[in-house]
Amino acid sequence: MSFLTLTNIQKSFGPVQVVHGFDMAIEKGEFVSFLGPSGCGKTTVLRMIAGFETPSSGSIVIDGKDQGTLKPNQRNIGMVFQAYALFPNMNVHDNVAFGLKVAGSPKSETDTRVKQMLSLIKLEHLADRFPYQLSGGQQQRVALARALAVKPQVLLLDEPLSALDAKIRVSLREEIRQIQQQLGITTVFVTHDQEEALSISDRIVVMNGGRADQIGTPFEIYNTPATRFVASFVGTLNIIEAKVADPATGAVAIGNQQVSLKEQIAGMKGGDPISLALRPEAGSIADSAKGDTALTGEVVSTSFLGSVIRTKLRIGSDVISFDMFNDPGLTPPTFGDNVTLRFAAKDLLVIRE
Amino acid sequence: MKKIWAWGALIFGLLYFTLPLIGMTNFSLKMRRGEYSFDAYAKVFSDPRFQETFTYSIMQALFTIAFGVLLVVPTAYWVRLKLPGLRPYIEFITLLPLVIPAIVIVFGYIRLYNTSSWLPLTGSIAGTNVLLMFGYAILALPYMYRAVDTGLRTIDIATLTEAAQSLGAGWATILGRIILPNVLVAVLSGAFLTFAIVIGEFTMAALLNRPAFGPYMQLLGANRAYEPAALAVIAFGITWGCLGLIQLVSRFQKSAPPKA
Repeated sequence: MSFLTLTNIQKSFGPVQVVHGFDMAIEKGEFVSFLGPSGCGKTTVLRMIAGFETPSSGSIVIDGKDQGTLKPNQRNIGMVFQAYALFPNMNVHDNVAFGLKVAGSPKSETDTRVKQMLSLIKLEHLADRFPYQLSGGQQQRVALARALAVKPQVLLLDEPLSALDAKIRVSLREEIRQIQQQLGITTVFVTHDQEEALSISDRIVVMNGGRADQIGTPFEIYNTPATRFVASFVGTLNIIEAKVADPATGAVAIGNQQVSLKEQIAGMKGGDPISLALRPEAGSIADSAKGDTALTGEVVSTSFLGSVIRTKLRIGSDVISFDMFNDPGLTPPTFGDNVTLRFAAKDLLVIRE
Repeated sequence: MKKIWAWGALIFGLLYFTLPLIGMTNFSLKMRRGEYSFDAYAKVFSDPRFQETFTYSIMQALFTIAFGVLLVVPTAYWVRLKLPGLRPYIEFITLLPLVIPAIVIVFGYIRLYNTSSWLPLTGSIAGTNVLLMFGYAILALPYMYRAVDTGLRTIDIATLTEAAQSLGAGWATILGRIILPNVLVAVLSGAFLTFAIVIGEFTMAALLNRPAFGPYMQLLGANRAYEPAALAVIAFGITWGCLGLIQLVSRFQKSAPPKA
C-alpha cells in the first residue's frame, strides 16, 4: 500500500473547478514533483495535502490514516513556502525550535534537534541571526530545517526555489535532494520549472487544467510525453503536423516526404491529420549513421548557444529545430542550405491531444 | 524669496504653538511672588486628590489598553486573514467614535446600563469602572485599530499563519507567539495613544461620576490659579512622553523594513 494516497480529489472555488479527479499514489521516501504552468492546480493539491484547503470531494490518506477531518496543525506535515515564511521575531535557532516547542519537547532535546538540523543545512554558525540578516538562500535552508525538525511524515515544498537567483537555485535544489535522500522523507515538490522537476524527482506529475496529464519518471516524461501539452511543456520539442499515409505500416507524410513510424497507427485511416514530436537532440545533419530515417529541409536559421548549435529547418509547412554539440571542427549550416536531417524512427512520437 | 516665506511660515507656526505653552509654563512657575519656583507643582503632587485621580486614570488606562489589545489584535488579524472583504466596514465602524461625541456614547451607556436595566452596571462602583473602561476602549478604537492594522500590513500574516499551523501551532499560539510579537511596535503605539486619551478624558469620567484625572483638572482649574497651569504642563509632559516612547519602541523592531 502506498504511503500517501490521493483518491479522486476534486476542488472548486465557487463555480470554478480547479482540480478534476486527481489520483496519485506516492511511496514512502519518494520524491514527487507536481509540474505545470501557473493556475494548473498543482499548489491547490499541495495545499489540500497540507490541510489549508478542503477538497470538494475525494480522500487524502497518509500512512493508512485519512486526513480528511484533521486540521493543518493536527497533520504531521512539514511545509516550505516560496516566501520563506520565517518568523521575523525569532532568530534562526528559535525558528527551527518552534515546532518542537509547540509539541512540548523538553529543552535539551529541542536544542539537540535544532543543532542537528542546523548542521544538516550547514548553518550552525548563524543560529543567533534574525531572518532579515540572512540571504534568500539561507532563509530557505532555515525554513527547510524548521520543517524537518518536527520529523514530519511528509514534506511539502511549494515552489521553494522560485524567489532565488539562478545559481543559488541550482545548488539549493541539489542540497534539498541530498537531504531528502539522506532522511528518506516522502516529499512533494511543486514547481513550474521543468529543469528543476527533471533533475531532482523520482517521479513527476505534469498537471494541466486541474488534471494530471502524465505521471512518470523524469526519463519517461521527457522521452515519451503522453500528450501534446506534456510534449510542449517539458523540454523543447518539435511538433510536426503530418498526415497518415498508411496506418498499417505506420507511414506518414510530412509535406511531400514520407517516413515510417515504428508502430502501427491505430484508429486512423489514410489522410487523417496526425501530430508527431521530435526532440531537437534526436536528429543530426552531420552524422549519416545517426538513424534510419531522413527528412530534407532548408535551413532557416542557426544559433550558437555555447555547448550546442541550434539549427532551424523548414520541412513542408513546419519549422523543426535540432541541436548539434559544439565542435571546433564543425561547419554549421548557413541560411538557405538544403540539408538532410537524420534520426531514428523510434524518436518520432505520436502525440495525443 | 521662496525660502524667506518658508522660514516665515515656520517661525509663525512655531510661535503659534509654543508661545501659549511657554506662557503657561512661565505662569505655572510664578506662584511665589517675585521669583520662579515649583511651588505650584509641589502643591499639585502633594494633593491627595491628584494622587488618587492620577492613579485611578493610570489603572483605567492599563485596563483599557489590555482590553483594547485583546479586542483589536484578534479582530484585525481575523479580518485580514479570513474576511478581507469586510475590512472597509470594520474600518468604518472603528472610525465612528471620531464622529460620535463622547457625551452621546456615555448617555447611551447610562440609558442602557442604569440600575433599572437588565445589566445594571452603573449600580455598583466596579460596574461603573468597567463601563468607563469600555467607553475609553471605544474612544481609543480608531487609533488602536489603525495602528494594529498598519502593523499587520507589514507582515505576510497568511503565510506566517500557515507556516505556524504546519508546525502544529493552534490559534492561541499563533496569535500569542507569532502575530502579536510581530505587531508589538504597532500595538505599543496604539497603547501609548490610548494612555494619552484616557489620562486627559473628561466627559465620560465626569458623567459616570468616577474620580479620574480629567474631572480633577477641571475642578482644580475652576478654583485655583497656578495649580491648573502646572497640571496642564504635567498633562502635556505625559502626552509628549507617550509620543517619545512610541518613537523609542519603534527602534526595537527586529524585522527589516517591508519590501514594496
